[in-house]
Amino acid sequence: MTRSGDAARGWLLPVLGFVSILVLWHAVVVLLQVPEFVAPTPLAALRTLGDRWPLLLQNFWPTAVEALAGFLLGNTLAVLTAVVFVHSRLVERAYFPVAVFFNTIPVLALAPILVLIFGLGMLPKIVIAAVICFFPTLVNMIRGLEAVGRPELELMRVLNASRLEIFWRLRVPRSLPFLFAALRIASTTCVVGAIVGEWIGANNGLGALIIQATFNYQSPLLYATLFVSSGLALLFFGAVVALEKRVLRWS
Amino acid sequence: MAEPFAVRMAGIGVVFERDGQRFEALRTVSLELAAGAFVCLIGPSGCGKSTLLRVLADLVPIAGGEARILGQTPAEARAARRLGFCFQDATLLPWRTVIANVRLALEVGRPAAARPPRRSPEELLELVGLGARLDALPGELSGGMRQRVAIARALVGDPALLLMDEPFGALDELTRDRLNDELLRIWQETGTTIVFVTHSLGEAVYLGQEVVVMAAGPGRIHARLDLRPAKAEGGLGRDSATFAALTGELRSLLAEAGA
Repeated sequence: MTRSGDAARGWLLPVLGFVSILVLWHAVVVLLQVPEFVAPTPLAALRTLGDRWPLLLQNFWPTAVEALAGFLLGNTLAVLTAVVFVHSRLVERAYFPVAVFFNTIPVLALAPILVLIFGLGMLPKIVIAAVICFFPTLVNMIRGLEAVGRPELELMRVLNASRLEIFWRLRVPRSLPFLFAALRIASTTCVVGAIVGEWIGANNGLGALIIQATFNYQSPLLYATLFVSSGLALLFFGAVVALEKRVLRWS
Repeated sequence: MAEPFAVRMAGIGVVFERDGQRFEALRTVSLELAAGAFVCLIGPSGCGKSTLLRVLADLVPIAGGEARILGQTPAEARAARRLGFCFQDATLLPWRTVIANVRLALEVGRPAAARPPRRSPEELLELVGLGARLDALPGELSGGMRQRVAIARALVGDPALLLMDEPFGALDELTRDRLNDELLRIWQETGTTIVFVTHSLGEAVYLGQEVVVMAAGPGRIHARLDLRPAKAEGGLGRDSATFAALTGELRSLLAEAGA
């Protein structure tokens, strides 16, 4: 078997998988005569995607900005918190349970509280997206910074390395595979966070569009919005994977 | 230098505590090694030969006795970067290229403050035969090559004492033989004192000017076998009758030690 043959088959199977689901979806809607306001055919959804593209794009950008800002904010705070925790067992023992507690609050319950505090602008959406990214990155980053072998630490000790040198030259590089595993998760959940925030109160954004389309029984528009939302999440995911490939060439 | 001995240990004791259990790893170990010596440590597992090496590298605290490396305590010698250490596993940082792994020794621990390195990382990699693989990543190298990189890194800054903890234990026999030859050449070229822990009788006899046999429970020195008379006329061929005789002598010393 040639390499290019393998590559073609690598693409072919997922595409076939998607196409088969679309065909099944279409068949179910047509055969069961489902009314369009309940569930449109995939063709109708795709047609709306084309027809309403300007409206979708106009609502794409606020969500993209909120998700990206939340991604950056949440992950930065998570990494910094992990660094503090790894440096001070005392702080970790005091505050890690707090982080666990906050993580158990459903984001849907947290969203109204944040809207009350931060108002109806972009800020509460950014904060919700950040909150949803925070915990997985915190946990992974703590594990990553501690994923240092005893021989490696002994090597650094024989070389008389300082704590700071050990941190930058050993702990940080060791943590990167763990960090990227968390960033992959965060790249899609941050979009969820932004959309949930928009549900609670927003005039534009994909979340607001979802609410409007649902209340107006515009299901083709609702489905087209879902496509755009998952497209946004895939875009973030792809960016993280591309960055990971550049940074983690060794692993 | 006034200090005639590279290493002087007197009455060294090491005690580990695990889950409230005391374990005496070394008891009253005394050993003096001349500067420029190549000494092999051999003994049954649990005899504390690795622990002895770690005492010299200041990786294990001593419970009693006194250790000096060129007149300094192990902690002082470590802080002054006079020690090189090779681990069982090469312990290279996988994200760094070969040359960057060796340069690590120049980047951390303020080695430059001590003295300018006599040999650059490039020259050291040339010395271990890896001058052509500077930009390779450790994952692309064989086990033997990785250990060569580790040796080059340990030699940065001309350590007065090179401590090697079964560095070739995981390698196949042919690679091990070749690296033994290279290590002897490096020892002759650099003049550094080497303490080498091994499980292999042949390796100990082939490499050492002297072999120290240790016994377990608690770890202590059982016997010392001076190989310098046998090696006075140059190296000792692995197939020679003298080599076989010395290996046999070492085997019976080890049997006495309870291996």
